[in-house]
Amino acid sequence: MPIHERSLIRPENLVTHENLVIDGVDVSGHWSTFITSRTVTDYNEAMEEEISALPGGEHINRCWQCGSCTNACTVNAINPEFNPRYWIYLIRLGMEEELLRDKEILWQCVSCNKCTYACPRDVVPEAVMKATAHWMELKGHTPKSPSTHFDESFTGSVIATGKIEEGQVMRSFFKKTGQPLNQPWLIALVRGLVLKFPITLLMRLGLSALIRPRTSGWGRTQAALNDYVSEVEARNSKALGLDGKGKH
Amino acid sequence: MPKDDLKRVAYYPGCALEGTGHSYNRSTKAVGKALGLELVELKNWNCCGAMEVKNVDPKIQTYLSARNLAIAEDMGFEKVMSPCNGCYHNLKKAEYDLSHDPASAEVNAQLSTKSGHATYQPGKVETIHALDWIKDAVGEEELAKRVKNSLKGIKVANYYGCMYTRPRHIFPEKDKGPGSESTLKPHFMDDLLAAAGAENVDFPLKTACCGGAHALSDSDTSTKLVLNILTTAEACGAEVIATECPTCHSGLEMHQVRAEKVLGRKTNVKILYFTQLLGMALGLSARKVGVHENFSDASSLLKEKGLG
Repeated sequence: MPIHERSLIRPENLVTHENLVIDGVDVSGHWSTFITSRTVTDYNEAMEEEISALPGGEHINRCWQCGSCTNACTVNAINPEFNPRYWIYLIRLGMEEELLRDKEILWQCVSCNKCTYACPRDVVPEAVMKATAHWMELKGHTPKSPSTHFDESFTGSVIATGKIEEGQVMRSFFKKTGQPLNQPWLIALVRGLVLKFPITLLMRLGLSALIRPRTSGWGRTQAALNDYVSEVEARNSKALGLDGKGKH
Repeated sequence: MPKDDLKRVAYYPGCALEGTGHSYNRSTKAVGKALGLELVELKNWNCCGAMEVKNVDPKIQTYLSARNLAIAEDMGFEKVMSPCNGCYHNLKKAEYDLSHDPASAEVNAQLSTKSGHATYQPGKVETIHALDWIKDAVGEEELAKRVKNSLKGIKVANYYGCMYTRPRHIFPEKDKGPGSESTLKPHFMDDLLAAAGAENVDFPLKTACCGGAHALSDSDTSTKLVLNILTTAEACGAEVIATECPTCHSGLEMHQVRAEKVLGRKTNVKILYFTQLLGMALGLSARKVGVHENFSDASSLLKEKGLG
C-alpha cells in the first residue's frame, strides 16, 4: 500500500521487515511498511517564554497557525525546508530537538517582510525568526551565523562613528567569517570595478581608509549606545537564564 | 496634484548613497535641480540602522532614525525626503514605533537625553520617498511637458523591492484609493517613467526580494533570488530594470556577475536607477546622472536609444 504522506515522514522512521509474523499474520515485505511511532517527552517548556523575551519575539503567542507566513516566504520558495509557520508551532509546543534540526537554515531569513505583511495576527514572524536565531546562538546550540557576524560588524561601525563605510564593514565581515577573498565571482567583480574606475576607486578606497566618514559630535551618543547595548545583552542573558555564566 | 511645500524639502541621503549608491545620489540631485526642486541636506546626519542594527536591538534602530527626524525638525522642515528604500523604511518605522510603542519612545528619550539633543516627538516630520517627492511636487503631467529626450522605445521593468511597501502599517498614506500608492502593486515609478515616455513592461516581481540583507552573508540565496528577478524581467521583454534602492541596485549588479560566474547563467538586462532614466529624459547627459558610476554598463543600450 503506498504511503501518501511519505514526504512528511523521515526515512529512518519508515520500516519494512524481511520476516515478521504478528499473531500468525505475515507482515513481511514492502507491502506492509510500518511507521515507527513516536513519543515526545522532553518538551522544553521554557523555550517559548525565552524566545518571546528576546527583542522581536514578543508576539509569538498570537500565532494561530494559518500558515500565511510560510506561504508568503521568499526563502521558502527556494527551500521548502524553510518554514516559519512550522518553527513557530514547534517553539510554542516546546519541541526543542525538532526545532534544532533546522538550526543550519533558520538564520537565512532575508527580512523581506512578506510574512509580516501577510500575517493576520501581527505576530511579526520576521522578527520572531531573528529572535529564534539569536536564541540558538545565545544558548550555544549553534555558532554565530554569517548574518550575525555581518550585523555585528555593521552595528559596531555605526556605534563607533555614526555612519558606515561599506568597505570597512566588508573587510571586518570577511575577517570575522574567515571567507576567502579569492572567489572567482569576487575577483570578477573587483576586476570590473578596477577596469571601470581605476582612479576614482583607488581614490575612494584610499580616502575611506584614511578618513572614515563620521557624524561629528558623536562621542556622547557612542557612549550612550554602548551603555544601552550592555543593558540589552544583560537583559537577554538573564531572560535565557545565562546570567553569571559568562559572556557567550 | 503638485504641492508647493515639496519644492524645498530636507534631504537624507544615507550611507549607501555616499558609497556604492553614489550614482543614485548624483542623479536624484540632478533631477531635483532640473525640475526646480530644492534639496537641503540634513546637517550632520547619521546612519538609520539599515537592515542590520535592528537585529542587535530594534530600539537602537528607532533611536538612530529618530535622531535624523529630530535634525529635520530642528532645521525647520516638515518633510524629509529619502531616496534609499532602507532609510525611508526605517524613518517611517521609527515614526510608527514612537507613536505606537511606549517602550521605544522611552528608549529614544533616554538615548536622546544622554546624547544631548532634543527628543524627537512623532508627528512633527513626515518622511517621503524620492518617488513621492517627484510625483507630488511635479506630477506626471508637468513632468511630461518637461521631457526633452523621450524614453520612447525603452522597455523597462519597474522594480520597487521590499522596503518601499512592507509592512503596510508603517505607511499610513498608502493604499488610500485612487492617486495613492499601492503596497500590493506599487505604480509611482511606472507612472513617472511612463510620463517620461518609457514603455513599462508588465513585471510581476515588482516587490520581490533580492536578498539584499544577505547579499554577502548568504550569497547563494541572494544569487538565486536575483537571477529570478533578472530572468523574469528579460522574459517580460525588459531591456532595463529601473531601481529605487541602493541595496537592490548593487545586489542586482553584484549577483548578475555572480550568477554568471557561479551558476553559468548570463543575463543582459541593464540596471539603472529610475532617477537616472528620468534625468536623461529631462535632457541631462548620462555622465550627469552617473551612468558611468554603475557597475552594470548600460552605455551601448543608451546610445542605441539615442540617450545620454
